[in-house]
Amino acid sequence: MNLSNIKRFWISFVLAIPMLIQMSAMPFHWMMPGYNWIAFITTTIIMAISAAPYWSSAWAAFKHHNANMNTLVAVGTSVAYFYSIFAMFTGREVYFESAAFVTVFVLLGDAMEEKMHNNASNALAKLIDLQAKDAEVERNGKFVKVPLEQVKVGDIIRVKPGEKVPVDGVIVHGSSTLDESMVTGESMPVTKKKGDDVVGSTINTNGTFTFKATKVGSDTMLSQIVDLVKKAQTSHAPIQNLTDKISNIFVPAVLIIAIITFVLWYVFLGATAVNAMLFAVSVVVIACPCALGLATPTALMVGTARSAKMGVLIKNGEVLEEVSDIDTVVFDKTGTITVGKPQVTDVVGDQNKVLTIAASLENNSEHPLATAVVKKANENNISLANVKNFAAIEGKGVKANYGDQEAFVGSERLLEDISISREMKDQAAKLQKEAKTVVYVGLGKEIIGLIAIQDVPKPSSKAAIAELKKRGLKTVMLTGDNENVAQAISEEIGIDQVIAGVLPTEKAAEIKKLQNSGRTVAFVGDGINDAPALSTANVGIAMGSGTDIAIESGGIVLVQNDLMGVVRALDISKKTFNRIKLNLFWALIYNTIGIPIAAGLFMGLGLTLSPELAGLAMAFSSVSVVTSSLLLNKTKIAGTTA
Amino acid sequence: MGISQIITLVVAILLIGFILWWFFGKHQEAVGTAAVEQGSQEANIVVKGGYSPSTIVLKQGVPAKVNFDMKDSTACLSHVVFEQLGVNKDLTKQKVTTIDIPTDKKGTYNFACGMDMFHGKVIVK
Repeated sequence: MNLSNIKRFWISFVLAIPMLIQMSAMPFHWMMPGYNWIAFITTTIIMAISAAPYWSSAWAAFKHHNANMNTLVAVGTSVAYFYSIFAMFTGREVYFESAAFVTVFVLLGDAMEEKMHNNASNALAKLIDLQAKDAEVERNGKFVKVPLEQVKVGDIIRVKPGEKVPVDGVIVHGSSTLDESMVTGESMPVTKKKGDDVVGSTINTNGTFTFKATKVGSDTMLSQIVDLVKKAQTSHAPIQNLTDKISNIFVPAVLIIAIITFVLWYVFLGATAVNAMLFAVSVVVIACPCALGLATPTALMVGTARSAKMGVLIKNGEVLEEVSDIDTVVFDKTGTITVGKPQVTDVVGDQNKVLTIAASLENNSEHPLATAVVKKANENNISLANVKNFAAIEGKGVKANYGDQEAFVGSERLLEDISISREMKDQAAKLQKEAKTVVYVGLGKEIIGLIAIQDVPKPSSKAAIAELKKRGLKTVMLTGDNENVAQAISEEIGIDQVIAGVLPTEKAAEIKKLQNSGRTVAFVGDGINDAPALSTANVGIAMGSGTDIAIESGGIVLVQNDLMGVVRALDISKKTFNRIKLNLFWALIYNTIGIPIAAGLFMGLGLTLSPELAGLAMAFSSVSVVTSSLLLNKTKIAGTTA
Repeated sequence: MGISQIITLVVAILLIGFILWWFFGKHQEAVGTAAVEQGSQEANIVVKGGYSPSTIVLKQGVPAKVNFDMKDSTACLSHVVFEQLGVNKDLTKQKVTTIDIPTDKKGTYNFACGMDMFHGKVIVK
């Protein structure tokens, strides 16, 4: 018979009502006429409809040398039921109600747990539902609506006000304000114009624009997010190894405890066989390890889905567990603490000459500072010269032949074998104190000028650092920049410690050093050269605007390029992990207290559990664990409203 | 101590011994292989009180499907979770649930029920 658990529950419940009436009438010494027969018939139906599936599943498991919660339910109900039949025909007292009520309560637990489990996994389904169903694509010069699956990379797509952006792409025409909250968690709409990236499933609010599709199908950001969340939800937290170990031996152990309970009462304490049996059955029923098994997966599921909604993607349960030990957060400077779009603020020396040489060389480089220099040259209408033998000097700068001399542009690490005038040196120090990065421009063996470049901190950086400090975390900034510049920025946003002048390849080593000094480190970064540091750190937090390799190496990915995300990531991870611990503690306590009570250990205090009460307690424990996990949806996280 | 008590004690000890041997002793587990035909392979797992067989061996490089045939109506085995693949499927929605297994590289994919009480694995070699 294919009935859902909830239907089975209602049928069984209605059938159990006569026994309920008899139970409550018991204290008044009233006996229902023909009670034994009524109980026998209704219980038999309940067993056939509701308990039989547990019996058959338990039997199949038994043949596999497996025992599980079904084994306990099956043993408990069948012992009570078959004993009662025997008792009925030999004129003894019957216990049909025990078998019936245990079944009813177990079913109630199962049905409620199923419902809540569905609620918990719903969040993910909602994410997938965000996707637009169709798109207006240009075909033969006209815009036509096509289903989402037919959109290809390179298609030109039009989006009208109020519509969803169907896939990821770059705006080619028009501008608009977009609501990206579903992907980034940021509630403020963002203005986008030609050349800006748009993300699939975000909502276009006021303007019409056309964009070129760059990512479709499973490559889109939303699909990637859904994929990450799915993996996280099914992942293991190391703390679960404990429950795995327990669950392997738990059920057989409970069966043995039940037998011992029976023997102790019957053989050594002189109880009647019937009472000893009732104690044993109670032990079997209350011990169902459901709550233990549900504790971690349900909390993981709710926690990771909630964080995804806030733009924080947690890769797995292991990361969650690591976060709770973090005491130091290390930030990369450029692009993480700062905006990552440096601008030239001062040029020292012959303006034209310095910029011409610098820009001509830097035009071949992809370094963010190089982009700033070239941009400045363009603004000043400086025409660039061709250079020969261009070469990058790892971590220091670039050099090339300019005319018949060797020219170079780079940091002060280049200065080792080059002479520099005292005046230049003073100028450089002054600029650095203003939090500006100084680039030296040289020709031949001489420094001919300086270019000061500034990269301002993101507006949210200061607040985020303050929040982290409030949580007792030490904040560290790691940068390849000069000490003076780094100090100036760190003072501005309130960072505890600065490690400056670090070569890109040394970042991971610096993290290692901190770890060796006994610290548990989270590293926040975004660049290709951050990948080793992200993997070395106990927890790697990658900025979503970063490169794919950085995202691959991080344990947590922030969709939004904002340091408040770090605070949120740490908050939600800690809360989820604490919830897992609470759940496990609760589930374990439940069994460690429940089993002795059921075994009749506290009978002297008048505290006993009949099998049907044990069944109710068991159902309640699973439901309470799932409820506790669902409550994670309501906890307060920095920067969000419930 | 009466005769019935002594019998009970003996039976109880025997029963405990049996439980220990049956659940913790070493027992051979069945291993299933997939049927390969026309460039694809398929394996079936019956879900009833566990997974039979609980170990499936697949060939590397041939697209593979594993079918879970749900024959258990209790909540215990209602979901199957492949942790490494990020798959969490409800088996009760349809009779047979098919899951695609990537076979591009060798390895083992573990699967378990939603509460991590029952385990099985798919080996690609």
